[in-house]
Amino acid sequence: MQKSVELTGIGKGFGADDVLKNIDLSVKPGEFLSLVGMSGCGKSTLLRIIAGLERPDRGSVAIGGADVTELDPSARNLAMVFQSYALYPHMSVRQNIATPLRMRRLSLASRLPLIGALAASAEVLREINKSVEQAAETLHISHLLDRKPAQLSGGQRQRVALARALVRSPAAFLMDEPLSNLDAKLRAHMRNELAALHRRLGATFIYVTHDQTEAMTMSDRIALMSEGRIEQLGTPSELYEHPATLTVARFIGTPSINLVPVEVLPNGSVSLFGQALGLAAAGHNAGPATLGVRAEDVSITPEGLPLRVQRTETHGADRFVHGHLQADEALPVTFRLSIGAPVAVNSDDVIYVSFPPERAHLFGRDGSRLAAFPTDRVAA
Amino acid sequence: MARVRQFLPHLVLGAGAFIVLLPFYWMFLTSIRSPAEIFDVSLWPIPKQFDMAVNYERAASQVPMMRFMLNGLIVCLGILIVQVATAVPAAYALAKLNFPGRKLLLTLVIAALCVPIQALALPLFVGLAKLDLLNTYFAMMAPFFLSVFAIFLFHQSFRSYPDEIIEAARMDGFSEMEICWGLVLRGSLPSLAAFSVFSVVAHWNDLYWPMIVVTDINLAPPPLGMLFFSDVESGANYGALMAGAALITAPMIVCFLLARRHFIAGITMTGVK
Amino acid sequence: MTLILEASSAAAGRGTRVRSKGERRMMWKALLFVAPAVLLLAAIYIIPVVVLAGFSLTDYQLGALSTRFIALENFAKAFDDPVFLRSLKNTVIYAVIVIPLGVFLALGLALLVHGRKRSRAFWEAAYFLPVTATLVAMATVWQFLLHPSIGPVNAAIKWLGFEPVAFLSNPTLLIPTMAMIGVWQILGFNMVLFLAGLTAIPKDLYEAARLDGARHPFDRFVTVTWPMLGPTTLFVVVTTSISAFKVFETVAVLTKGRFGSETLLFDLYLEGFEYSNTGYAAALTLIFLVIILVLSIGQTLHLDRKVHY
Repeated sequence: MQKSVELTGIGKGFGADDVLKNIDLSVKPGEFLSLVGMSGCGKSTLLRIIAGLERPDRGSVAIGGADVTELDPSARNLAMVFQSYALYPHMSVRQNIATPLRMRRLSLASRLPLIGALAASAEVLREINKSVEQAAETLHISHLLDRKPAQLSGGQRQRVALARALVRSPAAFLMDEPLSNLDAKLRAHMRNELAALHRRLGATFIYVTHDQTEAMTMSDRIALMSEGRIEQLGTPSELYEHPATLTVARFIGTPSINLVPVEVLPNGSVSLFGQALGLAAAGHNAGPATLGVRAEDVSITPEGLPLRVQRTETHGADRFVHGHLQADEALPVTFRLSIGAPVAVNSDDVIYVSFPPERAHLFGRDGSRLAAFPTDRVAA
Repeated sequence: MARVRQFLPHLVLGAGAFIVLLPFYWMFLTSIRSPAEIFDVSLWPIPKQFDMAVNYERAASQVPMMRFMLNGLIVCLGILIVQVATAVPAAYALAKLNFPGRKLLLTLVIAALCVPIQALALPLFVGLAKLDLLNTYFAMMAPFFLSVFAIFLFHQSFRSYPDEIIEAARMDGFSEMEICWGLVLRGSLPSLAAFSVFSVVAHWNDLYWPMIVVTDINLAPPPLGMLFFSDVESGANYGALMAGAALITAPMIVCFLLARRHFIAGITMTGVK
Repeated sequence: MTLILEASSAAAGRGTRVRSKGERRMMWKALLFVAPAVLLLAAIYIIPVVVLAGFSLTDYQLGALSTRFIALENFAKAFDDPVFLRSLKNTVIYAVIVIPLGVFLALGLALLVHGRKRSRAFWEAAYFLPVTATLVAMATVWQFLLHPSIGPVNAAIKWLGFEPVAFLSNPTLLIPTMAMIGVWQILGFNMVLFLAGLTAIPKDLYEAARLDGARHPFDRFVTVTWPMLGPTTLFVVVTTSISAFKVFETVAVLTKGRFGSETLLFDLYLEGFEYSNTGYAAALTLIFLVIILVLSIGQTLHLDRKVHY
C-alpha cells in the first residue's frame, strides 16, 4: 500500500518566528524522500505535521489525494519511527509489535486487561500473531519476541521500532532521525538495511535526518531545508552536481565543498585574487561572489593556483590535501583536493592546483546560484 | 577504648529506641496481662496470668471495635479511590496537554497545598449540615476527595514520561484515557504506591474531621472509636483499653513492618519529593 | 472555575492565532481531564475560603435565626478573649519545645544511624514506628505510662528516689508533657528526612575536607555536613513548626482542654463545633490560617522551585 503525500502552503508560527514558511511538497507514491537540514530548520516539525502530531497554522496535508489536515494521528494510517524508538516500556517485544494491529482490529472491550482476552475473537488474535511473527522475521528479531525493551541493545530496539511500523501496511512510513542513536558502524549497516527494506516494501518513506550522508545514500529525492523553507528539492545527484544555493552546496558532500571569494568583473569574467579563472557569469552580476569547487574536481598541475599544504589526510583509498591559497597570506583560504595515492605531498610544500571551469559553481551575494560558462581560456 | 567508641553509637541508639518503643511494648504487655497485675510496673514480658483473650474480648464487646475498623477501611479506601481517580487525569493534563488556564491551575494547586483541612473545616461543616449530610460516610470522605498533593506529586512524576512514547501511542490509536491510565500512570507506579500509603495512613489516623461530622458511634473510624472507648472505660480496665489501642494501631504497624521502604517513602515524601 | 474560564478567554483573545479543529478537540479533552479536579478545588478550597472570610465578619451561629454584619468585631474580641490568648500561648510554648528538640534530636539520630551499615534498617524502623501509629491510641498508652501511681515512668522515678511527678494533673507540666509526646511522634519522621539529606551529600566532599585538614569528625560536620544539610534543615524546621501548630489529638485524649491546657486548634474546635459560635470561630480560623501560611511560605517556595526549574 503506497500513497502519495501532498503538502500545500504549510505554515507554522507567526511573523519573524515562523518555524515553517509556506511549504509545498509532493511526495510520490513509493518514493524515499529525505528532509535534511541543520537542527532548527523545521524538518522535524514538518514531519510531525504530516503525522498529525502537530497542527499547521496554514495550509493542508493530503495523503493519497484525501485531505487529512483535520484528522487525528491515528486516523491517518501512517507509521512513525521515533528517534528514541518510543517502545512501550511495560510490553514485551511481541506486544509492542502487535499494538498497532490490536488498536485497529480489536474493539475497546477486548483491549481491556484480563476481560479482553475473553472478548477478543480467536481468529483475529491468530492473524495478529502471524503478522507479528512475519514482521519480526523480516527484521531478524524473532528470537527477541519475549523480551522487554529494557533488555535490548540500541540496534535491537531500532529493529523492534521498525517492525512495529511495518506490521500494518501503512500509507507511508515517517522516520525521525531513526539512526542517530546508533554507533557509527551500526548506522552504516542499518542504512543499507533501510534502503533494502524500502525496495522490498515499495512503500512511501519520508525520512528526516541532519546527516547528509544518510540522505545521499538512501533517498530517491532530497528536500534540503533551511530556516523553515525548502532550499532545493531534487535527486541526490542533482543536489550534489547543481546546488541551487550556497547553503545547499555547503551542506551536501564530504568533505565540504571548497568556497573561495571571487570578483565578477563588469565584463562578466570571474577573477580570483586578480587572476582570471576562465569562467564568465551570465547577466549583470558584477561584484563580489563565491566560487565553489568540489575537492575531487581539483587536481595538481604544473601551473595554476599556488597552494601551501597544511596537512594531508588519508581515508583509505582517498587522500585529501588541506592547504591555504597563497595569493593572500593575510587571509588564508582553506582548500581541499583529493589526490591519488602515489603523489608525494608534504606539509609546507607549495603546489599548484587547477580545476576545469565547467565544474565550478558560482553563487551571488544573496547565496543563489549564478549561471556561469567557461570562457575559451583554461583556468589559471 | 576503640571498642567503646565503636559501640557507643549503638548504645545511644539503643537507649533512645528503648524510650521510643516503650509505649508499644507496654501497650502489648498490658493487653495480655490480667487486670489484677495493673500495679505491677515490672517490664517482665511473661504475665503471671495470661489474660489476652479476656482483654481483647472485652475491647471488642464493650464498643463495636470491629465496626470502627471496618469504618476506617471504608473511609480510607473511598477517599483513596476518588483521590486517584480525580488527581491522575488532572496531573496528566497539567503535565502533558495544553489547555488555557494551565498555569493558573498549577498555581492554585500549589497554593492549596499550604491550606490545612482544619482551616476549611468550618465552612465545609456548615455546608454539609445544610445539606443534611452529617453522620454519613460521605461527610467523612468528601473534604478529601481532591488531593492537591496527589496532583502535585503525579504532575512531577508524569512530566518525566517520554513524549515520544505518548506520540507513538496516539499514532497507534490509543485514546488519551488509555495513554493516561495504561501508559503514563504505569510508568509512575512507585509514586502511586507511595501516595496510597500516605493517604491511607493519614486518614486512618485522622481524628479532627470525624470528630466534627460524626456523632453516631456506629460510623466512627478507629481514632474516634478509641476516644469513645476510653471514655466508656474511663481508666477502670487498662487491660481492655490497651487491647483496644493495640487493635487500632495494629493494621498500620503490621503494614509498616511488612512494607517498611514503601511506608517511609510514602509518609515522608511530603518532604523529600 | 469561573476564574479559570475568564483567564482562558483572556489568553485566547491576546493571541490572534486561530486554533485548528484538531487543536480545539485536544484542548477540550484536556479541560475534561481537569474538570473533576477543578470542580472539587472550587468546592473544597476556593468557595470555603471565601465563605470563611464572610463568616468571620458576622456573628453567625449555626442554627441561629438572625445574623448581623459586625465587621472586625470578632477579631477585636479574639485578642480580648483570655481563653484564645491562653490557647495561643500554650501552642507557642508547645512549639518552642517541639521544634528544637524534634529537629536537633532527629539530626543527632540521623547522624548516628547514617554511619551504621547493617543495623541501619532496624534503627530506621524502630524510630519511625510512632509516625505510623494512631496518635489517639498511643496518647491513651502514654496516659497510662505517665499515671502517677500505676505508671512505670513514675515507678522508675520513685525507684531513683525522687518524688513522683504529676505529669497530667499539674497544670504547669501539661503542655511540656504533651510536647514530649509530640517530640516522640515526630522524631522518626524528621530523622528520615535528615537521612535522605545526608545520603545526598557527595562522598568526595568529605574526602576533600579530610585532605584540607578537617581531621576531627566535628570539623567535617561543621565544614561539610551542616552547610550541605541547610535546605533539609530549613524544610524540617518548617514542617515541624506547622505540625506543632496543628496539635490536637493529644489534647483531645489527655486533657480535653481542662486546667487551661487548650491549644489553638482545640479552642477552635470548641468555639466552632461545640459552642457553635460559627462567626467567631471563623475569625479564629483565619488567624490560625495566617499563622500556617506564614510558616508554609518557605515550603511553598521550595515546592515551587521544583515545578518551575
